Amino acid sequence: MSPVSTLPHLSTPAAPQLSHLRQLEAESIHILREVASEFERPVMLYSIGKDSSVMLRLAQKAFYPAPIPFPLLHIDTGFKFREMIEFRDNMAHEVGTKLHVWRNEPAIAAGTNPIALDTKRCCGLLKTQALLDGLRHFNFDAAFGGARRDEEKSRAKERIYSFRDGAGQWDPKNQRPELWNLFNARIHPGESIRVFPLSNWTEMDVWQYIHLENIPVVDLYFAKERPMYVRGDSLIPIEQSFVALPGEQPQMVKCRLRSLGCSPCTGAIRSDASTIPDIIAELLSFRSSERANRVIDHDQEGSMELKKREGYF
Amino acid sequence: MSNPPTASAFSLDDFMAAEQRKDLLRFSTAGSVDDGKSTLIGRLLYDTRSVYEDQVRSIEGKGTTAPGQIDFALLTDGLRAEREQGITIDVAYRYFSTSRRKFIIADTPGHEQYTRNMATGSSTADATIVLIDARKGVLPQSRRHAYIASLLGVRHLIVAVNKMDLVDYSQQRFLAIRADFTALLDQIATDTGNPVEPHFLPVSALIGDNVVHRSDATPWYTGPSLIEMLESLPASRHDHSAPLRFAVQRVLRPDASFRGFAGQIASGTIRPGDSITALPSGRVAQVARIVTFDGDLDQASAPLSVTLVLDREIDISRGDILVASDAPATVSTELEASLVWMDAHDLVAGRRYLLKHASHVVPATVTALHHRVLLENEAHHQTLDHLPATTLTLNQIGVASLRLLRPIAVDRYADHRQTGAFILIDPATNGTVAAGMIRSASPIPAALAAHLLSAHTGPVSARERFLRWGHRGAILALTGPSSLADRLERALFHEGMVTLRLNAADSDASTLAAQAAQAGLLVLLHAETDSDVLSITIGEHALTLADDDAIARRLQTLLADADLLRQPGVSEYEI
Repeated sequence: MSPVSTLPHLSTPAAPQLSHLRQLEAESIHILREVASEFERPVMLYSIGKDSSVMLRLAQKAFYPAPIPFPLLHIDTGFKFREMIEFRDNMAHEVGTKLHVWRNEPAIAAGTNPIALDTKRCCGLLKTQALLDGLRHFNFDAAFGGARRDEEKSRAKERIYSFRDGAGQWDPKNQRPELWNLFNARIHPGESIRVFPLSNWTEMDVWQYIHLENIPVVDLYFAKERPMYVRGDSLIPIEQSFVALPGEQPQMVKCRLRSLGCSPCTGAIRSDASTIPDIIAELLSFRSSERANRVIDHDQEGSMELKKREGYF
Repeated sequence: MSNPPTASAFSLDDFMAAEQRKDLLRFSTAGSVDDGKSTLIGRLLYDTRSVYEDQVRSIEGKGTTAPGQIDFALLTDGLRAEREQGITIDVAYRYFSTSRRKFIIADTPGHEQYTRNMATGSSTADATIVLIDARKGVLPQSRRHAYIASLLGVRHLIVAVNKMDLVDYSQQRFLAIRADFTALLDQIATDTGNPVEPHFLPVSALIGDNVVHRSDATPWYTGPSLIEMLESLPASRHDHSAPLRFAVQRVLRPDASFRGFAGQIASGTIRPGDSITALPSGRVAQVARIVTFDGDLDQASAPLSVTLVLDREIDISRGDILVASDAPATVSTELEASLVWMDAHDLVAGRRYLLKHASHVVPATVTALHHRVLLENEAHHQTLDHLPATTLTLNQIGVASLRLLRPIAVDRYADHRQTGAFILIDPATNGTVAAGMIRSASPIPAALAAHLLSAHTGPVSARERFLRWGHRGAILALTGPSSLADRLERALFHEGMVTLRLNAADSDASTLAAQAAQAGLLVLLHAETDSDVLSITIGEHALTLADDDAIARRLQTLLADADLLRQPGVSEYEI
């Protein structure tokens, strides 16, 4: 950023303030405790990514020395990276929390993939539909998600308690005002809320917290030589054979993933960042947002907002 | 984003250490479409390099600015409806940081019909930026913005006189606006009881004058740029020297040996050995431990979330507030408060609402509306005049008296933002209908007088009964032990519901039950057995309760399923 103030302060700050990370942590813990106390069947959506890892640690902190009073739910599309699934199972075991895994088995059996369909319909079936079915199956009335408002423009207006109607859908015009830290937890039968305890965190906050707290994250975030299909600037993971173009051969590239999704739709970036400090340093120099490598957000203008209206996180 | 240091000079340790010293400032922005508010925010984000190239690329060549220029407003307008209508219609949160601070912006629209959004954005803000068009001066909407910021207790008002380029950077114009606005603020502070500190600066959001860098075009202005000002304002929300306020969110009891009270410190500092009083009960104890996942603490200050262990067993549950014994809050059932009405359905005096304060919910009735505050000029009246009123409609602000069904521990909003604030919830729609700021509270004697009646003529209708009690009448057939029936009745009572307990074995019980249900009561027709569980039947809806169930929540669901919480229509059995 541009050079900033070298002037004396207008007024001297009084007592030392908590750092911004500690303030964010305290706010998130407050939210986790409110939901656990006011809802009958909460669940934490666990996506295995860095944001989920932070959210899980915050849940441990919120209820310590008691165990986390709700289970985890992972929506598995069948296209997650192998390392992600291994990490997920180890993590649930270590934290000692019940983990539910939900898949849209009929769609997976029917061969749903983003090449056969388009990415929009594939996401609709394997993520959105699976999520709605999973929440309904277990009758969860509040679901924590790791989404942050800085990720995407339509998320900037998302509430911390995001109200969903009986069909799990989001109506941006019909959200409750949220004042102070007073959350309205009243819902009618069949309705539910999604809760975003990390709403006010940025990507940089998340990495700094992971570093500070020594929180384990999936190895895919760290740069390594990996086989990739190289198409111009895009690096496509080879996990699923159907992504290959005719005759296309993978090349070894030193790269990492900046956000974790389904392997066919999550591009890697060229990087030498092999430690968390490296990643933080790299982040400081980035000129693209973290979702720029996600295929799904660019489908059409405002595509994230459309997905959310349908029930996506 | 922060300052990207050059690769060779970069030390991550230094960077992380600096990050650890960074604090957090929340500010809100208010202004109308034409004031250039979105442009200012877009400019702040762009000039502090807090937007990424792909986000800038996605808006280049779009919008309403001249070819080749970036329409900064497009960086911040998120939703489709906004892009289509070219206006901002909701609160949007933005983030950026400098080497000194992390900032959270609550970006709110400025139209009168969005007063509720402005109030929402101001509720958590340390500072508010009010934009004034240099050509137009102080308009009714500027008065409204300043009033709402003051009402919501924002301490610092940054008055950005924008579009200075269009008035030839006239110092005279700037000073005239400053004088007008200063006079206005005195009037506002008298009304709201919350003094605000103004900071004036001349800017051009479009060109960037005095936004990040100080501008050569305003040599007569020697104060800081906007970003310099934001970096140096004190983040005043958490006063460590204020008396302790700690709302219990949850009782943690992992095993028989540990009983801790989890919550976030709303104000003040706490240390082991401190004497605390649990309100509203008034029981006193000392803090034995401050427990966290990272180990016990020697002291903790607002806004930390911690778990407190006390030196003795006293009855404390969710909703109680722990306060410093030497500076307690007021226990009250009678409040006077400013209300910002946020719902399409008008306020109904005498009707039952749910009041959420700190971590508990209490049924409450608006007993009197003293006045409303005019937010636009009207015939014979000026913005901010007080008018008599019998109701408040969406986006109106007024002062009201409220009566609560149970006593709670409160503070004046001007003294304690967290324990002086509440929201009102409509129990029929579950919508958040109002934001409340407590102006005064009458302390109550221990005995709580329940005067809920106000004069009406003619027979009492089902609709009136519903408005009074918040539910319809019904018979709940109970089978099970008395202990659980007691707990059930207690839970209903706690929710403000009106119950009548009858023994099913009595000969006239069923006749009496039918009459009482007709009169709007929840009749508990109890057949005692010595089973471990209590079964509850309302018509075709049933529920089985065991000793450890979350009774209140499950009851809500049952009552809603049995359609007892929906308001009867006007035509439905009038009497």
